[in-house]
Amino acid sequence: MADYSETPRTIPRKSATFDDYTLSEIRRAAATGIYDIRGGGSKRRLPHFDDLVFLGASISRYALEGYREKCGTDIVLGDRFASKPLHLKIPITIAGMSFGALSAQAKEALGRGASAMGTSTTTGDGGMTPEERGQSRHLVYQYLPSRYGMNPDDLRKADAIEVVVSQGAKPGGGGMLLGQKITERVAGMRTLPVGVDQRSACRHPDWTGPDDLEIKLQELREITAWEKPIYVKIGAARPYYDTALSVKAGADVVVVDGMQGGTAATQEIFIEHVGIPTLAAVREAVRALQDLDMHRKVQLIVSGGIRNGADVAKALAMGADAVAIGTAALVALGDNDPALEEEYRKLGTTAGAYDAWHEGRDPAGISTQDPELSRRLDPVKAGHRLANYLAVMTLELQTLARANGKSHVRNLEPEDLAALTVEAAAMAGVPLAGTNWVPGRGPGAY
Amino acid sequence: MTTTLANTGLDLATMDRRAVNQTLQEAERGDFTVLNPGGAHALACGLKSPIDVTIKGHAGYYCAGMNQEAAVTVEGNAGTGVAENMMSGTVRVTGDASQSAGATGHGGLLVIEGNTSARCGISMKGIDIVVGGSIGHMSAFMGQAGRLVVLGDAGADLGDSIYEARLYVRGKVASLGADCIEKEMQGEHRAELAELLARAGMDAGADEFRRYGSARKLYHFHIDNIGAY
Repeated sequence: MADYSETPRTIPRKSATFDDYTLSEIRRAAATGIYDIRGGGSKRRLPHFDDLVFLGASISRYALEGYREKCGTDIVLGDRFASKPLHLKIPITIAGMSFGALSAQAKEALGRGASAMGTSTTTGDGGMTPEERGQSRHLVYQYLPSRYGMNPDDLRKADAIEVVVSQGAKPGGGGMLLGQKITERVAGMRTLPVGVDQRSACRHPDWTGPDDLEIKLQELREITAWEKPIYVKIGAARPYYDTALSVKAGADVVVVDGMQGGTAATQEIFIEHVGIPTLAAVREAVRALQDLDMHRKVQLIVSGGIRNGADVAKALAMGADAVAIGTAALVALGDNDPALEEEYRKLGTTAGAYDAWHEGRDPAGISTQDPELSRRLDPVKAGHRLANYLAVMTLELQTLARANGKSHVRNLEPEDLAALTVEAAAMAGVPLAGTNWVPGRGPGAY
Repeated sequence: MTTTLANTGLDLATMDRRAVNQTLQEAERGDFTVLNPGGAHALACGLKSPIDVTIKGHAGYYCAGMNQEAAVTVEGNAGTGVAENMMSGTVRVTGDASQSAGATGHGGLLVIEGNTSARCGISMKGIDIVVGGSIGHMSAFMGQAGRLVVLGDAGADLGDSIYEARLYVRGKVASLGADCIEKEMQGEHRAELAELLARAGMDAGADEFRRYGSARKLYHFHIDNIGAY
């Protein structure tokens, strides 16, 4: 027999297709018989704003002095039909997140942080809490398919109304809030039995399609005396058509949420496989507004994976008027803090990966209704951290705008951008860096 | 805030909808008659005081939407979402209503003397609805609280994914939706039904109805229930 003991052997090789995560999911599914549910947005690598760079000043672009020359950041949202549009100091808003998904302390902290920076925060599925209203200078009231906690008094108390068609994390999916988070207070606000696994409808109960939506917006305007700006929020599915239809229906503001946008809880398979990346959605939404001659007349808010001032600046340069942050705001409050590593380990995870927001055992006291855990979050201190973070993002945004010669961040434009990958060039509609090539448009076409 | 005492005519042939609604929304009491509605949408919505409003003719979508305390009567038919998200008060339609009548309503009484289309009482959250005729499919879908009384028949998938809403149907039910079952009529149910029928001005005996509600088997996700979805 041949002796193979001295024969060189290849090292063990794991499959790229059946990687460790995939194998673990197959084993989990086999053991439980039910799909995986988690919070957050898409975790996979996607084309994103990192794949774009600013060109900066040159002979043809005159830079502004960083510490001397003013660079404005304020924004008006909703002046198409509303008699009282929102005037925000910065174009970075807080996205809709519910009391129920988040603790009352977390909601209050979001309001405090946003108000300190002169920007808005947003309610979520389940209605408006007094803590949130009280601490929010500008509060956007979400109008969702479930209509949990929906009432005309709160509608009139709001500064703007956001009709939610869908979310980037799950366009076409309803919500869910598992029983451990349906406490007496949450259940009372939603008219549900305590402890049930709450389902939220994926479609509105009393309108179907853009023609109905137009009438629905008229009703909301009639109830609020045509004062409140009305946003329409769409998950990034078909952003060109959905933006156009929102404009047709009479929206003051369109919110486009890419697949990196977070959710309190939904199926992992939904989060990772439905919808398109934020980068791909922005250009399509802007194109729809331009085709209708409504760009800058109906404002565009972009959300889904916004992390720093560069992301904000790039979204604005592509044609958005403002952005919304959710996941990043929670991190600023204290979510996934490495200081809590020991407790994350007990939950079978690690800081930076914790996404079992639906289970209500968040050691940071944010995505929980447990009174003891919730008390860990000091809304004043957490609100201060959020304000700091928003201030840094704004400074970063101004830095990039000045570098491109802009005296107001709204003046950022696609011509300030180049793409680092062919995919990003095609999605964003800006040239591949070092070329004048925009995929799909031919050489020399801008 | 204006106060109007006498019966006031509001004619949509000469006033626009905003003016009509603003008058009704700002009134603290009084009787109002809306003339020439012409199927206008969002009429008499967002009312918040105990006023009486009679709409002389057909109304479009979302008539009396989010009503609080007012008593609104549509002398004709009503479009989609009549009395949607009503909080309190009374809304009466003497004719038929389109789909999603009383959708997500939290309180008050909605009376449809004729028939309603699909999704009557969808996501109802405490409203009481009494329908003199029949209702369409998927009615009381995800109904959370409140009572739905139907003197005629109910379409397919009645009470699908229902929570704690209570359903009373006198006629035939085409089919029950997921987790909706027939339940025994006990004394307390006959009593509340009789009271509802009386308030709605309907001539029917409580003993003629059957009761439906949640089996509560889908209140928690469980793999054994997968076939129900």
